[in-house]
Amino acid sequence: MNKIADIFQSLDYGPAPESPEPALAWLAGHGNRFGHFINGKWTKPGKTFASDNPATGKTLAEVTDGTAGDVDKAVKAARAAFPKWAALGGYERAKYLYAIARLVQKHARLFAVLESLDNGKPIRESRDIDIPLVARHFYHHAGWAQHLEREFPGMAPYGVCGQIIPWNFPLLMLAWKIAPALAAGNTVVLKPAEFTSLTALLFAEICDKAKLPPGVVNIVTGEGATGAAIVEHADIDKIAFTGSTEVGKLIRRVTAGTGKGLSLELGGKSPYIVFDDADIDSAIEGLVDAIWFNQGQVCCAGSRLLVQESIEGRFIDKLKARMATLRVGDPLDKAVDIGALVAPVQVERVRDLVQKGVAEGGQLYEPDFDLPEGGCFLKPALITKVSPAHTVATEEIFGPVLVAMSFRTPDEAVALANNTRYGLAATLWTENVNLALDIAPRLKAGVVWINGTNHFDAAVGFGGYKESGFGREGGKEGMAAYLKPSWEKTLKVAPSAPARVGTFTEPDSTGIDRTAKMYIGGKQARPDSGYARPVFGPAGDLVGEVGEGNRKDIRNAVEAARGALGWGTTPAHNRAQVLYYLAENLEYRSDEFARRLRAQTGDSPAAAQKEVAASVERLFAFAGWADKYDGAVHNPPARMVAIAMVEPIGVMGIVAPERRPLLGAIALLAPALAMGNSVVLVPGERAPLSLTDFYQVLETSDVPAGVVNIVTGPVAALAKTLAEHDGVDALWVAADAAISAMVEKASAGNLKQTWTTRGLDHDFADRAKFEGDYFLRRATQVKSVWVPYGG
Amino acid sequence: MSLRVVDRPTSPPPSKGPQRNPGFPLDLDWVGRIRMNRSALERRAASIGTRRTVKKEWQLGWLLKAITLMDLTTLNSDDTPGRVERLCAKARHPVRQDILDGLGAGELRIVPAAVCVYHAFVATAVKALEGTGIPVAAVSTGFPHGLAPMATKLREIEESVAAGAQEIDIVIERQMVLNGDWPALYEQIRAFRKACGDAHIKTILGTGELATLTNVAKASLVCMLAGADFIKTSTGKEKVNASLPVSLAMIRMIRWFHEETGIEIGYKPAGGIAAAKTALDYMALMKEELGTHWLTPHLFRFGASSLLTDIERQLEHGLTGHYAADYRMPMV
Repeated sequence: MNKIADIFQSLDYGPAPESPEPALAWLAGHGNRFGHFINGKWTKPGKTFASDNPATGKTLAEVTDGTAGDVDKAVKAARAAFPKWAALGGYERAKYLYAIARLVQKHARLFAVLESLDNGKPIRESRDIDIPLVARHFYHHAGWAQHLEREFPGMAPYGVCGQIIPWNFPLLMLAWKIAPALAAGNTVVLKPAEFTSLTALLFAEICDKAKLPPGVVNIVTGEGATGAAIVEHADIDKIAFTGSTEVGKLIRRVTAGTGKGLSLELGGKSPYIVFDDADIDSAIEGLVDAIWFNQGQVCCAGSRLLVQESIEGRFIDKLKARMATLRVGDPLDKAVDIGALVAPVQVERVRDLVQKGVAEGGQLYEPDFDLPEGGCFLKPALITKVSPAHTVATEEIFGPVLVAMSFRTPDEAVALANNTRYGLAATLWTENVNLALDIAPRLKAGVVWINGTNHFDAAVGFGGYKESGFGREGGKEGMAAYLKPSWEKTLKVAPSAPARVGTFTEPDSTGIDRTAKMYIGGKQARPDSGYARPVFGPAGDLVGEVGEGNRKDIRNAVEAARGALGWGTTPAHNRAQVLYYLAENLEYRSDEFARRLRAQTGDSPAAAQKEVAASVERLFAFAGWADKYDGAVHNPPARMVAIAMVEPIGVMGIVAPERRPLLGAIALLAPALAMGNSVVLVPGERAPLSLTDFYQVLETSDVPAGVVNIVTGPVAALAKTLAEHDGVDALWVAADAAISAMVEKASAGNLKQTWTTRGLDHDFADRAKFEGDYFLRRATQVKSVWVPYGG
Repeated sequence: MSLRVVDRPTSPPPSKGPQRNPGFPLDLDWVGRIRMNRSALERRAASIGTRRTVKKEWQLGWLLKAITLMDLTTLNSDDTPGRVERLCAKARHPVRQDILDGLGAGELRIVPAAVCVYHAFVATAVKALEGTGIPVAAVSTGFPHGLAPMATKLREIEESVAAGAQEIDIVIERQMVLNGDWPALYEQIRAFRKACGDAHIKTILGTGELATLTNVAKASLVCMLAGADFIKTSTGKEKVNASLPVSLAMIRMIRWFHEETGIEIGYKPAGGIAAAKTALDYMALMKEELGTHWLTPHLFRFGASSLLTDIERQLEHGLTGHYAADYRMPMV
């Protein structure tokens, strides 16, 4: 029989190749050697490294390994271009972004083919997912550029942004970084990943075609050292990084104390939960989009299957059958599901982890078909008999490997889902809307997909909780990550406040001795150390004594605060009531608080009264905010809604300022409480008595135990313990530059979100700055919950 | 799940060839457990044509197969014996011989799986197809609405079978689905099946009128439990006919039914499938969800008429490299 007659019988698929020729011709047009794109011009190639096609191992082009000098040139170009670009006006910038979107669309296939050649992802994905999302991102942000002033009043661009992107979605991550940065008026220096520089270089050509002013976008290729040069460069105002959690922590440490803005989009081990009332076949198909999308090299890949025990057997059987029909092969074949991993080193890494999984008792299933010869190919893999104690259940594998566990109840599903250091994404499948909307808010992840997975859109924020990073990309929250209040740029260094030396005379009191304790878990607590520290007035007179807190007191306080996380799900109206009540009770005792302030600060009676009154007003203000600072519903271009839920961050450490000791503390405490966080508060050293007095107000105001905990003592040491504590999710520190830098650096352990004053003089009495969303935004994180619908 | 077979076949099944669906008791618990998520099905359906494609010789081989999976159909109120005879003549020679020979497929038996007509033309079609082995299928039971009296519907089946129809495409009463009256639907299909005797029964769901994909899936299951040999989407007369998401809902029920009973049920999308590329998408969907094995006339049919001409054009294009014109193909 001839070939057609054979095929008539076998009904095989056969090859369906997309031609690589146009992309290869483009590379050849550049002599297969590239320099950097700096200040609108190509530099001469320097020392280069090879960019290989992972499906064949063949070198596609030589790319320049950027030096610190190259980075410096690029930063200088970006700096020079910044003032004019920022001053250009939204409409003008919008037109450039629109032009880029159009040009990306015009050259969509070239981008797609080049991406698949360089990265190894199937052409179907680069053609149908990556590149269309790139164009959509630029279109969407053209709109933000134009409406910036109206939507973000009082905000200004950072300046020069250093952006470092990964190799798994090379052009898409470039778009996620560059589009909002440019829309906001920043200029950028971007480094693509060393494995996948080529589409970024093609993009540089697009910028040229769009006649983007020189220096607005600079592309510097290179490896880790080039990235480090960007992170360390003194004249970069903001770093945006997508990549591994390990490198993210490094960047956090390096940028600590520099005042650089920072957003990190890091790793994940995202749960994929299937309840017994799900559409099972669809949930299995969803897994194909979750873990076998882009060879599993997706930060938000649904890599941990949690399936309800009652359907586990049937589900796993069906899943194995589905895996057997996946097609692994030439990324340029249009009928291939899984292409090549990005590089041999990744293949090795994945193999090692799978072996470890098996060694630890996991059961490996791989479908029985042949892989193409050579190239970075791996079979889709499923590991069952896995427990949370296994390496493969906790480590990000970043490959086509799914691990499966079962759960018994919705509560257990949530517990298992959250049993990870990461918090990027989560997927859940159920046909029960009550269950879905109950579970989604309980999952500690920045993105939750209901009955679907790996949906992305420029209008919807994307980013992680916990060690998956902070900052959002996409949507209004993504724009906010490239803007800061204009006034932040005008802050002056706060006058230093030397420690007071006192006389240790007994306080002038005829009444009964008042012992200021700490306040932990709703109870007054003696310091673990058994020591007290004196509080001196301005004249050196002993005003009182407070406990000398140490790391164990912080430990106890954080424990209590974690136990009080239910505050975050207390209805906002009820939280508001508590804050109003606090205001009411504080006002009732305003004379006493004013006297205490004066004793510690030496302020005038009027000033002290004013501070108490302002504190009452601030509590009142945030009581009002509690039920109003809420989310949004986005409309991605598909039949689904994406709910942007505003959620508390969790346990917050707050180190209150020395100046205006009561108001300063309330200014930070009130928004944290209003948004549902529980707090460990460390008063400033000079006037802690105003806050130890405050626990009596707390006790009389229905504040649940553990929601506010107060630990007095040496600020630097306590702040360090808070910064290093993995149970603290965010830390606000109003202190000098040294303490600020120290806590930023120490916060890298669990990548807690930090806000510090860096020794700059923040006037917390300024209602215009601090009575609104400045702290509300920092006290919350946005979770995007995607809900497809259709009866 | 354990299901008791309702009717054991009176004679043991032939040693070769698949077992016919014997029918099973109505299992309302099973029906109640069906979940179909429309968005997810649509997402899967939308990507089938982009995840899978066949090119060059593979495309031609698949298109030849598509012809053999076709119920070549005419179901118009103005049909006449002459029109039906012309359709049958085309069924005898669905592709120009020079094209088949050129493709090296001259030796393959490329004929449609059946010719599908109204009862009034069964005899005409049987006569016109004499000696070809191509069976005649009759639409029945008050097609397309299905609302004739039960006795009339049963009689219609019997008459068609008597006239030589080997396959009967019945229509279900959509009201029974919309009102969730599964026992009524089950009983009716059982009665139809009995009336069919040895003729194979295809149950047309009228999916465009069933509102939800979960309804489609439940109706599919009830029909299969009642003994359907095939489940079929549409009459071609509803506003919305066959679609890939509807097909997914139905073939996933066929898969589930097979997992539970071991019985293979056929699937027939009908209405609106006019382009060769669309036919290939349906075939890829079947191959992906049910396996290559299901792509035989015994288990998969297209209800179509103009599709044949488009396929013939594509075959000629594959042979000559020139785009083809429909007037060069003998009309259906």
